[in-house]
Amino acid sequence: MADLILGGKKQIDVAVIGGGPAGLAAATELKHRGISRVVVLDREPEAGGIPRHCGHIGFGMREFKRILTGPKYAKNLVLAARTAGVEIHPSTTVVEARPNGVLLIATDEGTEEISARRIIYATGVRETPRSARLIAGSRPQGIINTGALQSMIYLKGQKPFERPVIVGTELVSFSAIMTCRHAKIRPVAMLEENSRVTARWPSSLYPRLMGIPLHLGSRVVAIEGINQVSAVVIEDASGNRRTIDCDGVVLTGRFTPEASLALCGHLTVDHATGGPVVDQYGRCSDPVYFATGNLLRPVETAGWSWQEGKLIGNMVADDLDGRLPTSEKELPVSLTGPIKFVVPQRISLPLSLSGMQNFQLRFTHQAEGTLVVRKGADITWSKQISALPERRILIPIKALLRENAGDLVEITFRQTAG
Amino acid sequence: MKSARQLPSKPTQSVISDQIFDAVVIGAGVVGCAIARRFVLEGANVAVVEKAADILDGASKANSAILHTGFDAPPGSLELSCIRDGYREYAEIHAEMGLPREGSGAHMVAWSDEEAAKLDAIIKQAHANGVEDVKPIEVRELFRREPKLSKNATAAIDVPGESIIDPWSAPYAYLRQALMNGGQVFLSCEVTGGDFDGSEWHLETSGGRLKSRHVINCAGLYGDRLDNALLGATKFNITPRKGQFVIFDKAASALVNSIILPVPTSRTKGVVVCRTVFGNVLVGPTAEDQESRSDASTDEAALNALISSGVERFPDLEGMPVTAVYAGLRPASEYKDYQIDAKPDVGWITVGGIRSTGLSSALGIARHVYKLYTEMGPTHSAIAKPSVPTTAVLAQCGDRDWRCKDHGEIVCHCELVTRREITQALTGPLGARSMSGLKRQTRATMGRCQGFYCAARLAELTEGYFNKPPSDEISHG
Repeated sequence: MADLILGGKKQIDVAVIGGGPAGLAAATELKHRGISRVVVLDREPEAGGIPRHCGHIGFGMREFKRILTGPKYAKNLVLAARTAGVEIHPSTTVVEARPNGVLLIATDEGTEEISARRIIYATGVRETPRSARLIAGSRPQGIINTGALQSMIYLKGQKPFERPVIVGTELVSFSAIMTCRHAKIRPVAMLEENSRVTARWPSSLYPRLMGIPLHLGSRVVAIEGINQVSAVVIEDASGNRRTIDCDGVVLTGRFTPEASLALCGHLTVDHATGGPVVDQYGRCSDPVYFATGNLLRPVETAGWSWQEGKLIGNMVADDLDGRLPTSEKELPVSLTGPIKFVVPQRISLPLSLSGMQNFQLRFTHQAEGTLVVRKGADITWSKQISALPERRILIPIKALLRENAGDLVEITFRQTAG
Repeated sequence: MKSARQLPSKPTQSVISDQIFDAVVIGAGVVGCAIARRFVLEGANVAVVEKAADILDGASKANSAILHTGFDAPPGSLELSCIRDGYREYAEIHAEMGLPREGSGAHMVAWSDEEAAKLDAIIKQAHANGVEDVKPIEVRELFRREPKLSKNATAAIDVPGESIIDPWSAPYAYLRQALMNGGQVFLSCEVTGGDFDGSEWHLETSGGRLKSRHVINCAGLYGDRLDNALLGATKFNITPRKGQFVIFDKAASALVNSIILPVPTSRTKGVVVCRTVFGNVLVGPTAEDQESRSDASTDEAALNALISSGVERFPDLEGMPVTAVYAGLRPASEYKDYQIDAKPDVGWITVGGIRSTGLSSALGIARHVYKLYTEMGPTHSAIAKPSVPTTAVLAQCGDRDWRCKDHGEIVCHCELVTRREITQALTGPLGARSMSGLKRQTRATMGRCQGFYCAARLAELTEGYFNKPPSDEISHG
């Protein structure tokens, strides 16, 4: 084991794992709050996270009051963090995260155990690959996620195919189409399992879809091809199958938190979000660890993650100052109805006004009805809503302040009849 | 002897090698690699020809990665004796070659009284097979060893000798040792025809011609076709049996300690749940007979059934992320036993119908085949001090390269594969010439993200190595 790759010289106050928008925002905020040594550990050769390979515009309004491309936005975030005094360590992999804030890191110089007073997980999300989607068929080349497509095209100038099928209609799916257009790749079809497009996409993107047939209510049931993809078989809602010739498949979206460190470590993980269980301060089951950004839940924009990172950075600064309420009691949050997940998964008592202001929910499918929050026997909040999959629903946490009874927060959804 | 000129082929005039080999092994699956090693160690001049760009591209690319003791092999079979010999030799050589072996042991678990009733006979058979440490185990003790196992288990037997190994590094090491000690390999060389002139075989391949006094048919899924094409007859017919597998996230490995075997039926050994040496949990295989020898496609229903079957045994697998799914084709024939057959008059040995235990038995098969070969006449003197290859450590418990300095960078984050490992896997006579070859040698992209993070970097690092015209892909060992 090597010494002093980055440990040694001085106690690390906060180690942030992952240098995307959330991690960089948290680290920058910690420096602004006067925390002495804040390090960001990023396994990629450059910090900046996913926006680094989103070559199109649409970033930065919240953070820099300007519209930027992904790479420019990532550079600005890194610059802001460095300027604030954050130590950024690229090409540094955290291999294990252990109790008491001990991390095993690996770099080209070897491995080292470091420890920090607090750790912030901000490892983001990735798209679900073909295997975990259980898509049947052969295993040729040319089946990739948007993330890989974008790094191939924007970072490396590679072109994995000419006529792919785009699977999914999330925001990222349109990003995939723009990436294809950039490289003069012509998608031959866009597929969506549901009966409507998932993303609430800006109307300016409509023309980009020109010429790409959109198949709603259709899913890929098999991929064909020996060396390279030659076709996909799709099935519509009534079970009719047809074959679409293509030479690639872009599996977009269906994000899942990159929570491997937490999954293989000691923190409690929520199978519903795929990320670590947190309270309203972003505090994990081991209170030395905090988590923020898309690791908490799939999936929000870079801007949202940045803002959340900033908030959790503040919470950690409060904690180091001894001002974050210690959890005297925990209220688990239970879900019933077509609710996919909720963040935070538990509420630390006593309630204060700091921390996340809202529960974030996602629904499994489109539904209309009444969303109700109960604490003990009392209804503390309710609202008529119309929910769509992959769209955020927010419930104010302060609604819980009204009642003191109960050991459980229950969020239920009653579908409107008919 | 009929020649094979009628095969659809483009005869090439080029000659791969001027030498007359003692033996040419056709097919670089695990069995071909082990045979090449044994023949070279015994002093024979050997060449291996493989039609794919990388070795292990047929049946050997997908299996359950278990080193079997042979406790449940058919009594008195050739399969049993080869498994026993292969098991013994792997135990002898694995440490020296740097090959992993985790002695996790297996438990054959009955889930009904009907299954439980079969266990006594299985223990008796294990003892008759020479695996004497197989014994019944109290379910209470089973649950102590496997605390996460479903409490529906009704009875079990303990098979302490079953182990988990790396299904790819072992055959790579066998062939590397053959090459280090004088053997040769010709990749992207499909055998298209051949004649026996009374003393030598003149083989035609897509990469050129070569001569050999003997031929060992290790063509796996195509073994019967090769016999038919070059000898004009085959004693068996391959009916590929597809096996689909599901690999769960590394987080699942905390749930499973040993290899959990079902009570077999007359047709299949059934679905196994075990850890892999790479730190995942494997569930599979299915057993589906099919016509196609190349279609290793997966289907959703079978994969969902495997997941359910895993969850039935280990309820905590529910909701556990799936890392990978794949299918392999086993070269089953109409016979239960291996079809290993020497034809001394034409210097030919067929090694066929190695239906599912090839990884365990390969080293034993190699000894058996070498014996058949010497019975045909040739004598060699064994290499006194053969060179021993080192093997890149890929097993999770081993000293992986990412722990050592100057590895360049960690390229594949999920499996912690370094740039140095990628570079090494691309060079040398067995250097990867396809993405799947690179995966088998390094595990790059085989983890939970399946290339989301590293596909672009890998494409950059491998530029110029893959998808070359076949003639450029031939490696002259």
